[in-house]
Amino acid sequence: MAEGKILQPVERVSIIVSRGSLEGVYPGLIMANGARMEGIEASLFFTFFGLDALTDKRLDHLKVATVGNPGMHIPTLLGALPGMSAFATFMMKKEMQKLDIPPVREFLQMIHDAGGEIYACKASVDMFHLKKQDFTPVVDDIITVGEFYAKSAGAQIIFT
Amino acid sequence: MNRGHEILEDIVGTVEILGKTLAIDKDGHLLIFGDWNEELAREIALREGIGELTDDHWTAIRYMRKVHEREGAPPSLRRLTKESGIDTKALYRLFPNGPAKKAAKIAGVPKPKSCV
Repeated sequence: MAEGKILQPVERVSIIVSRGSLEGVYPGLIMANGARMEGIEASLFFTFFGLDALTDKRLDHLKVATVGNPGMHIPTLLGALPGMSAFATFMMKKEMQKLDIPPVREFLQMIHDAGGEIYACKASVDMFHLKKQDFTPVVDDIITVGEFYAKSAGAQIIFT
Repeated sequence: MNRGHEILEDIVGTVEILGKTLAIDKDGHLLIFGDWNEELAREIALREGIGELTDDHWTAIRYMRKVHEREGAPPSLRRLTKESGIDTKALYRLFPNGPAKKAAKIAGVPKPKSCV
């Protein structure tokens, strides 16, 4: 324990979302929103498949990964059966609704309205041939990794 | 409802407000629902740096109390925005640095346990 030490409270967080599955996206959203609820500044940086969570056409259709996901506790071959991912997604959404956790689109809007900043990674945007108009309007900007670090001055950086 | 035993365990200290000594929990919120009144709320708001309470502040505060009284726990921030009619942006403007916990503190109810 840190006896006798004065521990600095967390004042800013920069959260990187690198995955595009439902269970890959939510932790970052929950942490960013939770930070704002505690009066902590928060920004979100979406990279690689995490960009699906910002892409207008895709963000309402994110799925739980049932293959290569040991946390599902089902054999990989079963997870690959048609409909398994849709079923797991349905179940997870139902459970989250019980906990009052909103769908991705509403959650992004909440974080934006709470003063959280939302960025898309430029390298990934270029790789996937996306444009600003492909994204939901709450995206503040498309930025380079260098700009991300500049915006993260004094922040804890969290990779999810 | 006899919560006497539980309440004793939750007391971590007391606070002096308007000449009264009141029990508080670990987050500094009033412990006893019935201790609260509007005058205390105004004083707590001043101490929290919120300043003068407007009609919108009161809407949020009363909603927190109503839900806590009915359900035994305060609402999540999401429910507060959906059901009190005050949207997220406005709540963060009214109660900067943590709207759910500030509104709860001024309303004399525990800090919401919800993660959203």
